[in-house]
Amino acid sequence: MKKEHFIRFNLCMILCMAFCLASVPAQAVLAGENSVPEGTGRTDETAVPDRGVTINVYNWGEYIANGTDGSPDVNEEFTRRTGIRVNYTTFDSNEALYSKLVGGGADYDVIIPSDYMVSKLIDEKMLAQLDFSNIPNYRYIDERFRDPDYDPGSRYSVPYTWGVVGLFYNTDYIEEEITSWSALWDDRYAGKILMFDNPRDSFAIAQFMLGQSVNTTDENDWAEAAALLKQQKPLVQAYVMDRIFDKMESSEAWIAPYYSGDAAILVENSDSIRFVVPEEGTNYFVDAMCIPVTSSHKAEAEAYINFLCDPEIAGANMNYVGYSTPESAAKAYMDEEMVESPVYYPDDEILERTEVFVNLPENTSKLVDQLWAEVKMGGPGESMVLVAIILGFLGVYIAILIYKRQKRKRELA
Amino acid sequence: MKKAGARIYTFLIFLFLYAPILVLIVFSFNDSETASRTVWGGFSLRWYRKLFEDRLILEALCNTLLIAVVSAAASTVLGTMAAIGINSMKRLPRRIMMNITNFPMVNPEIVTGVSLMLLFVSAVRLFGGRSLGMGSLFAAHITFCLPYVILSVLPKLRQMDPNLYEAAQDLGCPPGKAFFKVVLPEIMPGIVTGLIMAFTLSIDDFVISYFTSGTTQTLPIYIYSMTRKRISPEINALSTVMFAVVMILLIIINARNAKERKTEKLPEYHESM
Repeated sequence: MKKEHFIRFNLCMILCMAFCLASVPAQAVLAGENSVPEGTGRTDETAVPDRGVTINVYNWGEYIANGTDGSPDVNEEFTRRTGIRVNYTTFDSNEALYSKLVGGGADYDVIIPSDYMVSKLIDEKMLAQLDFSNIPNYRYIDERFRDPDYDPGSRYSVPYTWGVVGLFYNTDYIEEEITSWSALWDDRYAGKILMFDNPRDSFAIAQFMLGQSVNTTDENDWAEAAALLKQQKPLVQAYVMDRIFDKMESSEAWIAPYYSGDAAILVENSDSIRFVVPEEGTNYFVDAMCIPVTSSHKAEAEAYINFLCDPEIAGANMNYVGYSTPESAAKAYMDEEMVESPVYYPDDEILERTEVFVNLPENTSKLVDQLWAEVKMGGPGESMVLVAIILGFLGVYIAILIYKRQKRKRELA
Repeated sequence: MKKAGARIYTFLIFLFLYAPILVLIVFSFNDSETASRTVWGGFSLRWYRKLFEDRLILEALCNTLLIAVVSAAASTVLGTMAAIGINSMKRLPRRIMMNITNFPMVNPEIVTGVSLMLLFVSAVRLFGGRSLGMGSLFAAHITFCLPYVILSVLPKLRQMDPNLYEAAQDLGCPPGKAFFKVVLPEIMPGIVTGLIMAFTLSIDDFVISYFTSGTTQTLPIYIYSMTRKRISPEINALSTVMFAVVMILLIIINARNAKERKTEKLPEYHESM
């Protein structure tokens, strides 16, 4: 009897734990649904009745104002105004988005990839042409973002955010003023240099230094860039993406390239960290909203894109996300410091030196992947060390076996 | 001298295991504008406030817990039935079944994930569905949790005296009742272990969920998708909350068990007097 009690009690406690953990989010979700979004100026309007449609939106992580830190919950507001529900999910890289789309297991209505991925999806006929009569707010998008290289004619995408890649450095440890990408190859900063952990961004830096186009299809160009990166490898502390924030803040690293919007926070919060767009030129990137061709709710998806282009909503988003907006009208709703900062909105003469990524042809892509693997993991020469280590372990293992066998023989004799 | 050495060694091992969790908890109270996870800025509860305001992360958590509870329960039931079946097989069929059971454990998760995704996508197309989602997640999680449950229950079955079941029937118990009253309590520790393992594995799973989730978001996927921008200390806050809940429950269970063991001893003492 006691044993049964014991077991039953333990099972109850485990179920309790599960329900405890589940009730926390449930309560908060219910609380969240009842709260009125701030800062949108429409507090007392009754919500539009539910249309019974749910669209699936796939966006970068932390890339939309979600109701925290005093920002409006953009998805809730959209549902309130149009009656369309939003199933909002996030991804971490363009390649992840691509593999999900190609796998066929996911049915998205709105996706927000980066420039080169948009160009790739257009080439592979995976995007639907947008019906701009459903997107009247497109008129707010600035001239310079229309008809970009990655989407000629702007038929498939609407820009959402943009930025440039620049160099961040810590003036406490680096006395001179940095003006060139070559600072990342400087021996004096060995072991304090960070680089991007993705092929296109890293190669782009080397290519700007060599004066190549970042979209070159010449194999020799890429090989040259790879050689430059391999030269740099012993000086690099780590290839990172989001870890740059922790490393720069704690002064573990002194110099690193990163996207302007993100790292502007570093500049604002630290007196010693400075941002510069090097003179050789840099990558200018745009994240754009598109609709996959498999979507079954195209009109509703266009309504969502239209909603995100509303200057008030775009301003609220950019306040939260921290990137730059392609709509000048949205700047009226944004934090003044952000709007006037040269980090977020570089001058035109800097923008002249920038280049945007487009999709590379397949064999070039494969070459880039291969070269990147070589840069990160070392070429054929370096695997000799690995072979030597494996042989060493094998030798030790065999020696132990022989020793044990001899010991057994001695004991039996 | 040796005892002090042993104590220091044990202390170091615990330090190694728990230091990351402690750092995680400490930095969930970090008051820092830049959401730093390494530079201490002062004490504040802002990340907890942000956590409870963030609808998306809480939805992801809800999904994860729901999937964990359902798939743990289902795989425990199925696994127990399977273990009982395997236990009564002859040697050769049992060997084959055990090899098949080991596949999901031995396979790299990415292989399992991709193959399940391909299977589900063709199944969805066949039955005219639109995309993967909660259903495919349940199926995938039950699949990879099953072997662990089977492997937890089988040893208990082997330890059990095989004649108990027959003895119960000899005493007049119908077979079903004999199972529930005699066999099940004997193997219950194994079942509970299997349940807990399945629950933990399901919460923790990233790779397989990533491929089979379709348009649903689970917590590990949400956290991973933050890596382009920045992993906010909201995650620290969430982990601290989960850790605290589990810790409190474990303490209650252990306290209760210790008390029961004490009260069990007393009656025997009285009897011997």
